[in-house]
Amino acid sequence: MTDVFRFDPLTLPAECETLRGEVRRFIAEEKAAGRWRAESDFASSHSPEFSKRLGARGWIGMTWPKTYGGQEKSFLERYVVTEELLAAGAPVGAHWVADRQSGPLILRFGNAAQREQILPRITKGECFFCIGMSEPDSGSDLASIRTKAVPVEGGWELNGRKIWTSNAHKAHFMICLCRTSPPDPNDRHKGLSQLIVDLKSPGISIRPIKNLAGAEHFNEVLFENVFVPADRMIGQPGDGWKQVTSELGYERSGPERFLSTFRLVAEFVRRAGTTPDAREAEAIGRIVAHLATLRRMSLSVAGMLQKGEMVNLEAAVVKDLGTNLEKEIPEIVRLVAKRGRSPNKADLMEEALSYGVLNAPSFTIRGGTREILRGIVARGLGLR
Amino acid sequence: MSDTLVQEVAGKLFADLVPPKLVNEAEAGKFPDSLWKAVNDAGFPDALAAGAESPGELAGMADAAAILREAGRHAAPLPLAETMIARWLLAGAGLKAPEAPLTIAPAERESALELKRAGKGWRLAGRAAGVPWARHSAGIVVVGQGQVALVAPESADIRSGKNLAGEPRDDLSFDAAVETGPAAPGVDAALVYRLGALSRSVMMAGALDEVLKLTVQYANDRVQFGRPIGKFQAIQQQLSVLAENVAASGVVASAAVEVAAQKGDFPFAVAVAKARVGEAAGKVAEIAHQVHGAIGFTHEHRLHHLTRRLWSWRDEFGVESEWQQELGRVVAARGGDGLWTLLSAW
Repeated sequence: MTDVFRFDPLTLPAECETLRGEVRRFIAEEKAAGRWRAESDFASSHSPEFSKRLGARGWIGMTWPKTYGGQEKSFLERYVVTEELLAAGAPVGAHWVADRQSGPLILRFGNAAQREQILPRITKGECFFCIGMSEPDSGSDLASIRTKAVPVEGGWELNGRKIWTSNAHKAHFMICLCRTSPPDPNDRHKGLSQLIVDLKSPGISIRPIKNLAGAEHFNEVLFENVFVPADRMIGQPGDGWKQVTSELGYERSGPERFLSTFRLVAEFVRRAGTTPDAREAEAIGRIVAHLATLRRMSLSVAGMLQKGEMVNLEAAVVKDLGTNLEKEIPEIVRLVAKRGRSPNKADLMEEALSYGVLNAPSFTIRGGTREILRGIVARGLGLR
Repeated sequence: MSDTLVQEVAGKLFADLVPPKLVNEAEAGKFPDSLWKAVNDAGFPDALAAGAESPGELAGMADAAAILREAGRHAAPLPLAETMIARWLLAGAGLKAPEAPLTIAPAERESALELKRAGKGWRLAGRAAGVPWARHSAGIVVVGQGQVALVAPESADIRSGKNLAGEPRDDLSFDAAVETGPAAPGVDAALVYRLGALSRSVMMAGALDEVLKLTVQYANDRVQFGRPIGKFQAIQQQLSVLAENVAASGVVASAAVEVAAQKGDFPFAVAVAKARVGEAAGKVAEIAHQVHGAIGFTHEHRLHHLTRRLWSWRDEFGVESEWQQELGRVVAARGGDGLWTLLSAW
């Protein structure tokens, strides 16, 4: 057996470190001006104002061509900006999906009109996307979706229901995976297509779903005879599955897959002080050893994405290891940290801990469940 | 030679010359002289010293690590890492290295071993526990007081012992005059200990690669309920966890080697690598044995050549908790705000 995984070593080029300095100065200014409080997670914030300021810096869609408002920077430079923003807990949630995957998808498979109309707006931090994949009866088994688009004069008529759609109520567009031809029992992946749906179109109703932590991030989205113009089809009808799976390397390998509880780690370190006891030191050291390893793995995948390599398997490895660590962190901190404060008093560590415990269940579900990821790894091992 | 070429050459040599029978014989106490000769003729024990352009440089680390990873993969029963480090130390101090297996002492973070001035020369006194391969070595290299000392094993009192994998790990006590040379800049006992920890991390990464290979192979071959057990999701999910830990170990061990070769934050890199790979070793060995079932628990099957080494090496030159604590203290000293600076700089 040759090596199953490929994680090419990567050293960030010098321009990345210069850029890192710029991002840190930007974050310091933002914090000094009191513009936001550190959030725990890429999904927990939504600030169009912040997205606009970031766009003005050229840090959204920064790898895209200048024609479409991009900066033609490398994927590694984007990585540095992203990890700095996440580590600082910056409110990146509004533009997150558009920057990470919708924009790149449109750039790669979209038509000229889509690129020209949409990409520049994304880079300005003015246009937000959500991902329409899951449905009430289709979670991990994505190919079983039933939302359907049928050809009509000038476009498509969309009917069906999406669920768990993060930020649908705050986004401008959804990239909706739908059936454009009936299921083929011999190839379940056939007949799926991706439509860019303007969420202001008539016939769409969006119902927020409160999660167990009390937040309203995800939604149920209902399509009733929604008209989608023909030029809003991404790629050709039937290309949906191929396109969706091409997003996965981007979606699963980034620093957001191991930094969701990073703020808790930082607060834990603060609480332990400069002379931690043996137990605290050990807990901190273990978490840091894992984070340091994951960062190397994730960077390696970023380097391979930059070179245009296929990285879905490696991305699944990063996401499974990373999200399990994200979940483990609150469990470690709650047992080891010096606690005993009232939950009713302002306490940054307790606040981050509460966030971690309450949101942990989602870490290994969103963006591909642990079981699905391990199935991908098993396939890579040649077991299935 | 490039790292990959070195790795290829080393991999082939060990694959040819280290059959399970040889590992068993070595564990029973027979030093594999002909294997040592082949390895020495190939120049492997000089890999670390050969790469250094000035004394104390770790530029040879990439080649040395490529060889050690293969040695780990094949459970090669030799003091290869120890001889590499010893020869590098001796070269850096201008001392001539014997053309024979060598070792380093102590193998503990805190030791009761002391180099003391005695007239114009130096004496070595005290004890060192669990010194790898001491009884088979032609010299024991000790660093302290800015000196690199070469001690003949005859001048030590040796009490033989072994680790869980049957590799010689001897308790030594010394009180003897020793030959010394000045240690190269930056070379001290703590650095030697780190090199020991890094070598074990790399060897574990190699052994882990092989455990993954054996276990996947077994899951594909073994048929129960009418199909290979690897077709069952319960097995697939476990093998994925195993494989992910192997992948993480390979990445972090290579990253630490790269940091060492490029003069980066070596203490941080070694602590991260030994803590992370050591943790993976236990997890991977556990799953590998579970998947192999009873056959993997037999002496006849070679899985234990690897898993007993993993269980030993994760403890040597610092168990995970020891490195985690060191890492935790480094992080805490920088405070919550310094955490990200540290992580993003390595």
